Amino acid sequence: MTATDLSLTKNQTDALFKRKRLIGFTIPAAIFAYLTYIFFAFDLPGLAQRANMENALTLASDSWSHKVHVTRDNRSGEITYAVEGERKGRYPEGQRPDWVSGDEIVTINLGSDHLVRYLPGNRTEIEIPGFPLIEVQAEGRSLTSNLPLDLPDWISASNRRIGITTPEGRITLTGARTEVFNYFPGWELFWFTLDSPYHGKGLGTILFGPRIDPEVSNISGAISDWWNNAMWRHKDVAWAIGETILMAFLGTMGAAIIALPLAFLAAKRFSPFMLLRAGTRRIFDFVRGVDALIWTVVLARAFGPGPLTGALAILITDTGTFGKIFSEALENVDQKQIEGVMSTGAKPLQRYRFGVIPQVVPVLLAQLLYFLESNTRSATIIGAITGGGIGLMLTQAIQTQKDWEEVAYYIVLIVLMVMFMDWFSGWLRGKLIGRKN
Amino acid sequence: MTDISIDQAPKSVDSIQSNYMAQVQRRRLYGGLTLLIFAVLMVSGFNIADDRNAGGFWDGLHQIGDYPADVLSEAWEKRADLPGLIAQYFPALIETINIAAVSTLIGAIGGLFLSLAGTRGLAKWPRLIPLFRRISDMMRAVPEIVIALMLIFVLGGGPVPAMIAIAIHTAGALGKMFSEVAENADLKPVEGLASTGATWAQRMLLGVLPQVAPNYLSYTLLRFEINIRASAILGFVGAGGLGYELRNAMAWGPGRFDEAAAIFVLLFGTIVFFDQVSSRYRNRLTEGERQ
Repeated sequence: MTATDLSLTKNQTDALFKRKRLIGFTIPAAIFAYLTYIFFAFDLPGLAQRANMENALTLASDSWSHKVHVTRDNRSGEITYAVEGERKGRYPEGQRPDWVSGDEIVTINLGSDHLVRYLPGNRTEIEIPGFPLIEVQAEGRSLTSNLPLDLPDWISASNRRIGITTPEGRITLTGARTEVFNYFPGWELFWFTLDSPYHGKGLGTILFGPRIDPEVSNISGAISDWWNNAMWRHKDVAWAIGETILMAFLGTMGAAIIALPLAFLAAKRFSPFMLLRAGTRRIFDFVRGVDALIWTVVLARAFGPGPLTGALAILITDTGTFGKIFSEALENVDQKQIEGVMSTGAKPLQRYRFGVIPQVVPVLLAQLLYFLESNTRSATIIGAITGGGIGLMLTQAIQTQKDWEEVAYYIVLIVLMVMFMDWFSGWLRGKLIGRKN
Repeated sequence: MTDISIDQAPKSVDSIQSNYMAQVQRRRLYGGLTLLIFAVLMVSGFNIADDRNAGGFWDGLHQIGDYPADVLSEAWEKRADLPGLIAQYFPALIETINIAAVSTLIGAIGGLFLSLAGTRGLAKWPRLIPLFRRISDMMRAVPEIVIALMLIFVLGGGPVPAMIAIAIHTAGALGKMFSEVAENADLKPVEGLASTGATWAQRMLLGVLPQVAPNYLSYTLLRFEINIRASAILGFVGAGGLGYELRNAMAWGPGRFDEAAAIFVLLFGTIVFFDQVSSRYRNRLTEGERQ
């Protein structure tokens, strides 16, 4: 090798290195520039102001706890006790939580020496350690209290409304009503509501103890009370999950059934007419391009909200996707098997059945099962738009902005449902076409 | 001896044939049963879905065309406005594409990390492989809408909740696909780099990434296609972009159908455009690998 050769090689190498260095610098720089643009385009600096951290706190604390409301109606003087303040979570007449005591003067013990006393004549006394006794009198629509002018930040007060937030619970007072919220961990009434005779009974008592309700046996009574729980609506939730899976199943399978024959029309090998082939392909592209969102919107006008609309939206979109995938699989089949079947004197339909289908079935099944899992997720989302399934229940629960423990419950169920479908489709794939390794 | 064998031979052929026929029949029976169960499931599933739907399938079938016809006829009457409307909604389209692009970018970076940390032989902390795999499973299992709705509650409407939600799901989905590719990567370059004293990051960057880059890019492009659709759908529940405008235009009903039509056209055009572009590049990436 001569010196000129060497220097040429060196020059080339240098140039290559320079280019690589340039690329190594340009790509991160381009990504960085794009992210900077997004930073301002999405108004991230303004997001900090718009973000509502109080909402985040409620969300985080409410999702794993519940509160019991003790409400005094200042007009009638009546006191109600209700879980989450809901009518269906109300304590039956004559019952109340054990942290409430007294008849004439009702004392609510929030724990850690935080006491609230409901006195006759719409008076309220609040005892908080390290703070002077608070006395509030409600009269008509206004409040008079002994609160000082400069207040700590956990008390907000006007002559219409006083709010006190302590680590043990919250107290709100208005002219019309006095309300105490006591927080507890856990999802209350998850098994039985307060009006059920099985509430508060242990599993052992229900299974082996004496009959609680003389009419029915313990187990069937307990199961029916749990199933018809008005607070958590287990029956509706189960139906909703069933609807979501049904949407995914009907959509995926229906799409496959429709797409398979059409895919033959779109595959070059099986469809002699160019025009027909191109037409079928354009149909696939069209239904895929319109997208499930628009199909949902259009179909909801015709069929109304519900699982059928969601299933049809998935079906139509996936017909396009499957058509494309299937026709590509059909183009790649091995001609030899078809010739072998043909040599036995098979008619065209038999050639397809025994020469082509066995070759493409593994590909088709793998895609089908993968889409079944992915469509479970899509069905959740479509359900939120078109009104069906667990997606709708989740959106409703989030929009009411108070039952965060129900939101958490639905989210857990959705994640479990998707993971189950993932596992199930993987298991079925293993059974039907064998594992990859 | 010969007598017996002559006698025996047809018998065994007979028994083989009858065995074979029995087997074929059993297979047919099982196949038929599976088909029957499947058909029953489909029909009863359809009936249940039909029952629980607000409107029936057979009543609604002839109405399918009504809404598109209304939209199209109104849009046709006001066809002069259409270019103006398309221009008006173009920023929303850019937002939708930006949501998809950023979330794909962030998701791909997250998926890259998850895949490298969750693949045997490559992981920096081999003991934590199951942990990273579970994390990736969890991220994949949560539908985008769940995270988006929660974040809309906290952060308010806009593109950011959608972006975070899609990015999380993308990171999980790509994490799984990436790690399937990374499992097949050749470990020799990694060992070679390790012998020169390269750090983990250098081994991954110089030893693994060049091997897996075409497949990773191809999967990322496929995700980008999917994410454009997802970002349009999430817009519909309040996360900004074209989906949000579509919901507003639809809420107005007749009289604003020209706007709905303009948005339909934009959305359709965008999806088809990016499908075509990405499928062309993906073909090039995977075919380049085959050579």
